[in-house]
Amino acid sequence: MAKREEKITREMFAHLVDLAELELEEQEAEYIRKELNNQLAAIDELAAIDIPEGTEPASHGVPYTAASSQALRMDKWEPCADADAILEQAPDNKERYIIVPDIPHTTLE
Amino acid sequence: MELCDLSAFEIRKKLQKKEVSAVEVLDASLARITAVDGRPGRLDYGSITDEDRKHVHAFITLTESAAREQAKNVDTQIAAGEDPGLLAGVPMTIKDVFCVKDTLSTIGSRILSNFVAPYTATPVKRLQQAGAVMLGKVNLDEFTYGSSTESSAFQPSTRNPWNTSRVPGGSSGGSTASVAAGEAPLSLGTDTAGSIRQPAAFCGVVGMKPTYGRVSRYGLIAFGSSLDCPGPVARNAKDAALMLQVMAGVDAKDATSANLPVDDYLAMLEKDIKGKRIGLSPEYFQITIPDLETGEYDQRLVPDAIREAVYQAAEVYRALGAEVIEDVPMPNTRYGIPVYFAISRVEAASNLHRFDGVKYGYRTSAKTQGLKDLYRKSRGEGFGPQPKLRILMGMYVSAAQYSAQYYQQALKVRTLIRKDFDQAFDPNGKYRLDALLTPTTPTTAFPMENVYGNSVMMQYSDQLTVPANHAGTPGISFPGGFDGDGLPIGLQLLGADFSEGLLLQLTHAYERATADADWRTIKPAVLRED
Repeated sequence: MAKREEKITREMFAHLVDLAELELEEQEAEYIRKELNNQLAAIDELAAIDIPEGTEPASHGVPYTAASSQALRMDKWEPCADADAILEQAPDNKERYIIVPDIPHTTLE
Repeated sequence: MELCDLSAFEIRKKLQKKEVSAVEVLDASLARITAVDGRPGRLDYGSITDEDRKHVHAFITLTESAAREQAKNVDTQIAAGEDPGLLAGVPMTIKDVFCVKDTLSTIGSRILSNFVAPYTATPVKRLQQAGAVMLGKVNLDEFTYGSSTESSAFQPSTRNPWNTSRVPGGSSGGSTASVAAGEAPLSLGTDTAGSIRQPAAFCGVVGMKPTYGRVSRYGLIAFGSSLDCPGPVARNAKDAALMLQVMAGVDAKDATSANLPVDDYLAMLEKDIKGKRIGLSPEYFQITIPDLETGEYDQRLVPDAIREAVYQAAEVYRALGAEVIEDVPMPNTRYGIPVYFAISRVEAASNLHRFDGVKYGYRTSAKTQGLKDLYRKSRGEGFGPQPKLRILMGMYVSAAQYSAQYYQQALKVRTLIRKDFDQAFDPNGKYRLDALLTPTTPTTAFPMENVYGNSVMMQYSDQLTVPANHAGTPGISFPGGFDGDGLPIGLQLLGADFSEGLLLQLTHAYERATADADWRTIKPAVLRED
């Protein structure tokens, strides 16, 4: 049997990497692209499955019934006990502000 | 036998009778860690030495002083005649995927390598409130993405206590290795495709994936949000029951946690299993693997030693009065991995967009040109290859032009997988099973470095565990002997929604019936004197 085609080409891969906000080294990029194509070959098994008409997609396995689901809670504000501990997790912060480089912007006419 | 080799239940009894103190139990665990664990996982690990290859390396972070405080509290409570809780004084390890307040919570990744969680995950909180003593955080595959623990950014990664040239399985490899090596009788893991059950099988311990929603996911660093299940790792069913008893139940902080009463698992353990219907399915004695060159599929039977262990267990159940029903069809089992490749990647990609080098975690120290460049460099340097693969695959299969072919198709096949379980366990159906008995894994523990790097083959080691994640149903893996290489074989019981009590009961019955088997006397290599 012929070697299967590569679905994720270099160009498409570059586009995905761009959308995913990643920067990859060349060697790593080649490894990842190869593995992606291999994984897609495995996923392709799905296409051949005969799915009975009317089969609904399942977003989760266990059914949620009225009895097993929690009641909706009130939309009530609960202050965080230690907001500073969370803000201080930011790698660059000052006086409760998180510091980032320039944010891309365009000036409206 | 050292204190740290006792079960949680036995430790509990000894503490109640004041034969030992919680501090003594802790010291025994710490001494065991010193003896067998070797250096903890680090980002800057240098190179792996021959000395490293002899040790277990379960830990990333040891929290000794906090553990000592907790143990002392338990002793004070016992001395004052107070009830210190169901797990008081029992040492436990926590997979480093759970947030624990004021503790490094790394998920085995550079991108969270400096993250100190500001709050504690619900299952950990419940264990701590029951008096369990956390020894520290244990290693895992980066973001839980793997089946061998080798992909952790924190090296040396965990090795199998039965043979340190073998992987412990994964992703909860640190959890199962720490329990197998006697560092702790209990560990908290997570299972998204088999990440508790597969390493439990490889390390010869008990590991349970509860029903989706039985244990809260609050404080768990998310991977596949519709699949992730926290669950217990222990050395026997009774300890797993104790641990699940403490963790299970609705949590206002996780809207997907089930609002259903929790069974009394300990009371159920001792019940008679006479008349229980246990199924065997031909689909669980073979695996289907794609040939990456040709795209064709190869069907292989599981090795004879594994198959025989399952059939012997079926005989044990028959002798205890259970009915064994053969040839139960589970026709969609083979699609579990392709479906998982699509669904789990979409969920992973969605969950991983939050890591940006801005709010918490790793940020690049390189010069950056603007915010986007900061994102790209931080994510590029912070994530290892497995998270990158999952993000990219998730984006591809859910992209508008491919979604119908891949993601939507996978969600429909997930419905078919669920139907297999519904039909097998339907109380008015043809099979009316109480549980399905299967091998946990298609092989025993494979050698380190053998599969790592091949992301497709690594995923296929979850073929017999992942269907239960798609279905949401519970499963348990427990030891059923050894293969010719002296490696543990895992037996798996799969059940209907919320049948944890029944699965624990059946596991306990098997343990009692085989308590005198010769293989039960064999110790892990790291604990042998020779």
